[in-house]
Amino acid sequence: MEIKRYIVAAGAMLAVSVAGFAGTAAAKVEGDTIILGSSISLTGKYATNGLHTQRGYDFAVKVINEAGGVKVGGKTYKLDVKYYDDESTPARAAQLAERLIQQDGVEFMLGPYSSGMTKAIAPVSEKFGVPMIEAEGAARSLFTQGYKYLFAVLSTTDLYLPMAIEMAAASTDDPSKLRVAVAFEGDPFTADIRVGVLEKLAEYKMQVIADDQLPADLSDMSTTLTKVKALKPDMLIVSGHSKGAATAARQIDEMKINVPIIALTHCEAAKVQEKFPKTATGFMCPTQWVENISKSDKYFGTAAEWNAGFKAEYGEFYPTSVPYQAAQASAAVLVWKEAFEAANSFDKDTVRDAISAVEMETFYGDIKFSAEGNNIAKPMFMRQIQSDGSYKLIEGFDDMIFPRKVNY
Amino acid sequence: MWDELQLLFVWAPVINIQLILEGIFVGAIFALSAYGLALVWGVMNIKNLAQGDFVIAGGYMAFWLNSLGLPLPLILPIVLVSMFFYGWLVYLLVIRRILDQDMFVSLLATFGLSLLMQQVINRIFGPEVQTVDMQLPVFDAFDNMVTIPSSKLIALGLAAIIAIAVVLFMKKSRTGQAIRATAQDPRAARVLGINIDRVYAFTFAFNSALCGAAGVLVSIIFVIQPFYGITYSMGSFAIVTAAGLGNLPAVIISAFGIGLFTKYCGFFESALEYAAPVAVLITVLLWRQITMSRNRQAVR
Repeated sequence: MEIKRYIVAAGAMLAVSVAGFAGTAAAKVEGDTIILGSSISLTGKYATNGLHTQRGYDFAVKVINEAGGVKVGGKTYKLDVKYYDDESTPARAAQLAERLIQQDGVEFMLGPYSSGMTKAIAPVSEKFGVPMIEAEGAARSLFTQGYKYLFAVLSTTDLYLPMAIEMAAASTDDPSKLRVAVAFEGDPFTADIRVGVLEKLAEYKMQVIADDQLPADLSDMSTTLTKVKALKPDMLIVSGHSKGAATAARQIDEMKINVPIIALTHCEAAKVQEKFPKTATGFMCPTQWVENISKSDKYFGTAAEWNAGFKAEYGEFYPTSVPYQAAQASAAVLVWKEAFEAANSFDKDTVRDAISAVEMETFYGDIKFSAEGNNIAKPMFMRQIQSDGSYKLIEGFDDMIFPRKVNY
Repeated sequence: MWDELQLLFVWAPVINIQLILEGIFVGAIFALSAYGLALVWGVMNIKNLAQGDFVIAGGYMAFWLNSLGLPLPLILPIVLVSMFFYGWLVYLLVIRRILDQDMFVSLLATFGLSLLMQQVINRIFGPEVQTVDMQLPVFDAFDNMVTIPSSKLIALGLAAIIAIAVVLFMKKSRTGQAIRATAQDPRAARVLGINIDRVYAFTFAFNSALCGAAGVLVSIIFVIQPFYGITYSMGSFAIVTAAGLGNLPAVIISAFGIGLFTKYCGFFESALEYAAPVAVLITVLLWRQITMSRNRQAVR
């Protein structure tokens, strides 16, 4: 009787542990499918960009699978992504990352949308030693924490605006005479952009005549612009996500601000060229990627071909241009494929080492990770909005319309 | 700090005019939503944390109607009427059930309502910042140092007309009298044949319409986003706390005062603009605490 009970208990334990083991083992690679996990913002305030990201991931998975998938140990695997919706809240994102790793047994992660969410998830993936390749978290501060399992394909925030400052410096013989007004939101992401800007301004010894912190619920920046109007700077730099770009564009128009160089981030996300065509003329806008760079890889082809392919798949959502968020998401999936094949294994740490050794050209640009995990091979690009609302790639001061011409 | 002071008083004193004007414009909008808040608070003892979200809802309605190509003279009445009915519906579904409850129930319920409205607006319109750009001319003066967009002048005019209409309505109309009577003593009002439930429903719907009007003005002079409601809720609470309940002139004065205060604070540091109403709120509460403690008597 006693023995029988022991056997039953032992059997049950064995069954539980086998099921548990099979659960984890099967979840990362199920049959011939490698499961990547991602908690991403499909609802809430980041939903728009979250969806761009998800479509970028899905498109890459489709193209790679159609091209034969991933070859590991002489066997071919397909890719698949398991998503959870983090509702644009960091706490939820961290919970879901834990759920992906612990319950679903995911051992390879794709990043969420935004630096804030990545900051919430990175400690979790780090704790479990799960490598994460992310495409949407650019904050410099993500790569100063000593994370070993975090890799980002995009350029970091400190590189967003310095190019505009270099071009402004080229506009004069003595850059130290240039007077610059800056206004940044106070969130961690924008604060990191500000650090890059202030460092560059200090390098040229330019004078910072106004340095305003914009509020998070940014619907009116008339006070900052009043100051700008009185101080008449040579350059105005504004950054505060797409709401900052929209508010700035609207009020620069209303207050008839005439500054020769205006640089701001998130122009395209805020669609300033469509909503404020007159004012937006001459705005300098940095971007992670443009579809006419001459970079390519064998899966997506050139940047333009990726763009065309993506539009063929999701054209209904993107009647005019495709946001770079989708492009970098696709690039992240491509890095996973490369890393799996280089590692020729599904061991987390072997794959992690393979990712850190990746050196490749993709349609999105070159990818090579620093020891901190950020991509150091790809530059940022600067574009200027033309009077017809198009974005022109600016590689130096000579390409630029200077000063910005607007008839208020 | 020192640079800003010099700029204001020595180098370019003319920008004071710009700041004062901006303060007046923002004050006018705050006044509308604050008066609605004071009304609902005074009459029904409901502290509506979703006040700002009603403003934003009105703003999005205006944005949507504008995208259909409707002109402002049509948009404003449509938004007023639809927000009135929306307010009535919210009263029937939510507010009526929490009328005689604890203060925390009303705070929790309206906070929940606020979250719900934000997410629904976000679901329908997406999280992008929107604005109704009417492409109206901008006037400038003092060598372009002061600019006044005509959209802001129109908004100010409309706010004034609405405020006057509200005063007349509350003073002269039977419904206005019934609302005031109910605010003074609900039981006595009921004895005199006033249908309290209807008065409450009307008051809440009326507040919603006022917020809707404020929202229309916000959308034509600033930008809107589904999660911006909190700014207007905060401003309204600060104004009502400073002005007291049921006192329209005080609400208007305090709204303009806070409008100006926020703009001057914002001139020193833009982020302070949003801290300013909270600072006023705390100062007023502290001041009341100190002055009232003199009159406080302990029961021995």
